Amino acid sequence: MSKHHVTTVINGDPVEFLCQPNVSLLDVLRDELNMTGTKEGCGTGDCGACSVTLDGRLVCSCLVLGVEAQGKSIQTIEGMANGETLHVLQRKFLEHAALQCGICTPGFLIAARSLLERNNNPTEEEVRFWLAGNLCRCTGYNNIITAVLEAAREMRGA
Amino acid sequence: MMEMRFETPKTAEAASALIAATPGLSKIFSGGTDLMVHMRSGNIKPDLVLDIKSIAEMNVIAVENGGYRVGAAVNCMQLLENTAFATTWPGVIDGANLVGSIQVRGRATLGGNLCNASPGADTVPAMIAAGAIASIVGPNGRRDVPVEQIPAGPGKTSLAKGELIVSFFLPKRAPHSGDAYLRFTPRTEMDIAVVGVGLSLTLDDKGVCTHARVSLGAVADRALLVPEAAAALIGTTVDAAALAKLAAAASAAARPIDDKRGTKEFRIKVAGVLARRAAEKALSRAKGKN
Amino acid sequence: MLTNTKDIEQVMKVVGTSPVRPDGVPKVTGQAQYGADYSLPGMLWAKVLRSPHAHARILSVDTSKAAALPGVKGIILGSDFPDHPFDYVGPERVAQNYWHMTRNIMAREKALFEGHAIAAVAATTLAIAAEAVSLIEVKYEVLQHCIDVEDAMKPDAPLLFEDMITRGVEPAPSKPSNISKRLEFSVGDIAAGFASADEVVEMSFKTAAVHQGYIEPHSCLARYGADGQCELWSASQGHFVVRAYTAKLVGMEIGNLLVHPAEIGGGFGGKTVVYVEPMAVLLSRKTGHPVKIMMSREDVFKSTGPTSGSSMTVKIGVKKDGTIVAAEGLFKFQAGAFPGSPVMNATMCAFAPYIIPNVKSVGFDVVSNRPKSAAYRAPGSPISAFAVESVLDILAKKIGMDPLKLRLKNAVKAGSPTAWGPKHSHDGYAETIQALLDHPQYNKPLGKNQGRGVASGFWFNGGGESTASVHINEDGTVVIATGSMDVGGSRASMALMAAETLGVPYESVRSTVADTASIGYNHVTGGSRVTYATGIAVVEACNKVIEDLRLRASLMWDTDIKNVVWSDGYAKPVDKSVGNFEPLSLKAIAGKRAVTGGPIGYEASTNAGGQAPGFSTQFVDVEVDPETGAVKILQFVAAQDVGRAIHRDYCAGQIVGGVVQGIGWALNEEYIYDSKGRLSNAGFLDYRIPVASDLPMIEAVLVEVPNPSHPFGVKGVGEANIVPPMAAIANAIENAIGRRMTELPMSPPRVLAAIDAG
Repeated sequence: MSKHHVTTVINGDPVEFLCQPNVSLLDVLRDELNMTGTKEGCGTGDCGACSVTLDGRLVCSCLVLGVEAQGKSIQTIEGMANGETLHVLQRKFLEHAALQCGICTPGFLIAARSLLERNNNPTEEEVRFWLAGNLCRCTGYNNIITAVLEAAREMRGA
Repeated sequence: MMEMRFETPKTAEAASALIAATPGLSKIFSGGTDLMVHMRSGNIKPDLVLDIKSIAEMNVIAVENGGYRVGAAVNCMQLLENTAFATTWPGVIDGANLVGSIQVRGRATLGGNLCNASPGADTVPAMIAAGAIASIVGPNGRRDVPVEQIPAGPGKTSLAKGELIVSFFLPKRAPHSGDAYLRFTPRTEMDIAVVGVGLSLTLDDKGVCTHARVSLGAVADRALLVPEAAAALIGTTVDAAALAKLAAAASAAARPIDDKRGTKEFRIKVAGVLARRAAEKALSRAKGKN
Repeated sequence: MLTNTKDIEQVMKVVGTSPVRPDGVPKVTGQAQYGADYSLPGMLWAKVLRSPHAHARILSVDTSKAAALPGVKGIILGSDFPDHPFDYVGPERVAQNYWHMTRNIMAREKALFEGHAIAAVAATTLAIAAEAVSLIEVKYEVLQHCIDVEDAMKPDAPLLFEDMITRGVEPAPSKPSNISKRLEFSVGDIAAGFASADEVVEMSFKTAAVHQGYIEPHSCLARYGADGQCELWSASQGHFVVRAYTAKLVGMEIGNLLVHPAEIGGGFGGKTVVYVEPMAVLLSRKTGHPVKIMMSREDVFKSTGPTSGSSMTVKIGVKKDGTIVAAEGLFKFQAGAFPGSPVMNATMCAFAPYIIPNVKSVGFDVVSNRPKSAAYRAPGSPISAFAVESVLDILAKKIGMDPLKLRLKNAVKAGSPTAWGPKHSHDGYAETIQALLDHPQYNKPLGKNQGRGVASGFWFNGGGESTASVHINEDGTVVIATGSMDVGGSRASMALMAAETLGVPYESVRSTVADTASIGYNHVTGGSRVTYATGIAVVEACNKVIEDLRLRASLMWDTDIKNVVWSDGYAKPVDKSVGNFEPLSLKAIAGKRAVTGGPIGYEASTNAGGQAPGFSTQFVDVEVDPETGAVKILQFVAAQDVGRAIHRDYCAGQIVGGVVQGIGWALNEEYIYDSKGRLSNAGFLDYRIPVASDLPMIEAVLVEVPNPSHPFGVKGVGEANIVPPMAAIANAIENAIGRRMTELPMSPPRVLAAIDAG
């Protein structure tokens, strides 16, 4: 199967890669581009560990084809911090012990940022339902929810 | 080794022509949230994958003749974010808001959900209850089909080779109308519906139901349109007696299987329970209370 | 009785706080490398061929077409691994049999479960490896299979091992069966005990197999060199154990295998064993290239150990005043395709929280055609607790006693007997019960279709072998290294204990996990042992460093070492008479190290004993939808005796995490098999773990009854919290709708059927 040449933007940087048409964006990120921050937990869109945004839309990268990245803009966990300055969500996750093993954390951070960009004053229930597509097996979700609500509070300047 | 071509046609006619020219298996790649899973598992090995998301008419959400034209490639999040549509068809939104997760809703489409033809598809019962019409482009031109005629069994549609749904038309809404979709799942999110009920009704000025459509999902080999259930409501004020008849009709129409998601008995019983609850919700919306 | 911890608190500067963990930034930025995140130049990808049959004789395997595919570099079968004598090795509760283990890694004579590995292929791309796997031709003779434990025990059940004679039965049975072992713990006179009871309840229960459900599939990367030296990057709960198992299974010396600890994406016991590591090492040896294997989610469910499903009967007798006089349990556990279910733990833990003079606890370890069970958080104890804690609830109602008070009346403390011999060594259980009795929400009234349930649980906790090293850098900062994988923040806990011991700020301590060549032996991160045992090693190493720092200071001051004290991070003269010396910081002493003896660093090892068990008592409020059987968790409060919380937030996090796993186990999780013995729900869509919208905030109550055997009073926290939730929820459902659920999971169809049965 011959490969497609794809030109895209990842975390604000222009990127080019070759990939076969049946390969997922997740596999391209991890295996072609060595961006292993995005994780595979299931490969079938049931766990959210592979969450990225595609033209600003929160998606599972395991359900997107690599060739679909053509001409689009992708945001992954690697682009969330600004050099040494962590995003407020990353800080809150650390301050509120919102990770134990950390494998689900990149997916949660991308998903939570997507929520707060749309709604900077969500209720606890809204946060829980927005993040229902991200599985965590370690934390029981308590501290993740708290961290997101606290990040929202700081973002509102409240 | 699987050889797969990937094309991005710019018109529906071009897509149709590509399929016709391909001897092997062609698959429409809409949101991809079902197709990618099938491809990964080896269930489906397409020779040609057509990304139709660049086709303009498949991406519209527009008022048309007082009703709504919704492109088949519109994803669930786009639908939820369209306030005008969401206010008009909250039941369709109920369904779109339950497909998978936010991540899945960012990609999953009405067209894909219907044509993947899972009996438990979440957007289908409310679309059937709404009386939605599918606009199809194919080798023989265009035709319109009520959506309930599209699914033909698990994983099968009534579409001919080379046909694809480009958009849906939802009719103009009469005053005092409301719709709702409810489903039963063991968890609050992320599950495939064990039972789904889509219901739309219209009341006259006196609160008497003049029109109703009831559709059941996940309790047969395809989503069902259940006229007997609707008949239980028409001519009534949707009171307790009518609701009980509705529930009984829904349970009677259910012909489910036992599977890893639910037993026959459970589905039959809960079909009636959810039909009643969906009617209550639709009624509340028809009366202007949300 | 809560020990007065006030005095100790006065001197704790950092222990008990909640600072950011050392591995935190890498984990929130995607930089941390987990098992699947490593790559090497020239790396091959491996894929595994797995049996589609639940039970089959393997007649032949033809790999010729696969080997001929361009890009395929190596193929291995079970016969490529050395065989091992049939022998149970090690203490009974954790015995291993390498004859079984090698066959679990890759099948030889038979495929014993759907998903059993048959062969593995290494190729230049994953796609080529996958295609090669599809080209391997296997001739199977499909055999009858059995899944359920009761079915596997029937006399006419298809046998997994034609020569399996039940151990633990005298005289030994003359015919083979699927029952690997029978065991029994008895004390007192069970018949007399029941005869003296005022109320007796006997009930039977069934539980389904559940998986640990870690989000990270098993992955590893192996590079075997032409010099026989191999490096392995593996995500596990114990890289020393991975080294030992892998070396033995592949047939190499332990010293030739170096295992790097990749970050681990969840384990809960399931990653204390190996699956892909021996395959990767062997393929790397065969091909001369690095080999990477990553399991798919489907492989994880089909081919890695869930915990056992079970069939149980429990009978308990009490006096009118609530004294438990007799308890009997029969516990039949599915081991999966090879022996080794946690039934021994279950039989021991079942009645462990209670002082009962007459106990008979019998367990059966039974093989059946499903993946071999692996440890899952307090393995075995949650299962028997489901039965015991449910029966206690029924008895509490019969005698009109509050269920917490019934437990309190019979609660063990230090010196209380156990059914398996040794006495309990620690208090703590009663305090967890009292914490709930005192909780403001415990007596809050509930509404229609709502109910409150309580339950308790016990787990042994572990001690064992750990090694830690502590070094002072030239600038006075501190590096500590252990060999304990960090699953939930232990790097931070080690740093806190080191900082507290040395008297320095937490921020000046770097806390690392070293590879197998860079630190002494560490047993697994499991059994709730790390903060306890590895903490002891860290503190001992720090104490050795402190002795040396005193010596260096004494040299710098030209005085006797007994004139130097170490206090608050400084060497100080014991009093003014020694001389007018300014306190010396770590930095000052490190600066002079070359003239006082050289680098400053020590290692300490321990085989820690004296660990205290975990006790947890919990209450849950539920609401049941009477028309659908759906159960909603309204509130959940879990109290646990943690001894001393080193890092308060991580401690509480363990409790909340275990409770939520218990909620999933109670309500929705189960292995569902079809009539051919194939798993129907091998993915996260239909294997339903709790999602964020299913749950309220869970409340963790940290009870602290310090353990005197640990320098900071630590008791292991990770596991006891998963023991009570299933029974607590069953008891709550009973109070909500008057129906007793005896089968897990208590899924909506089962609850609705119970409601409708009337």
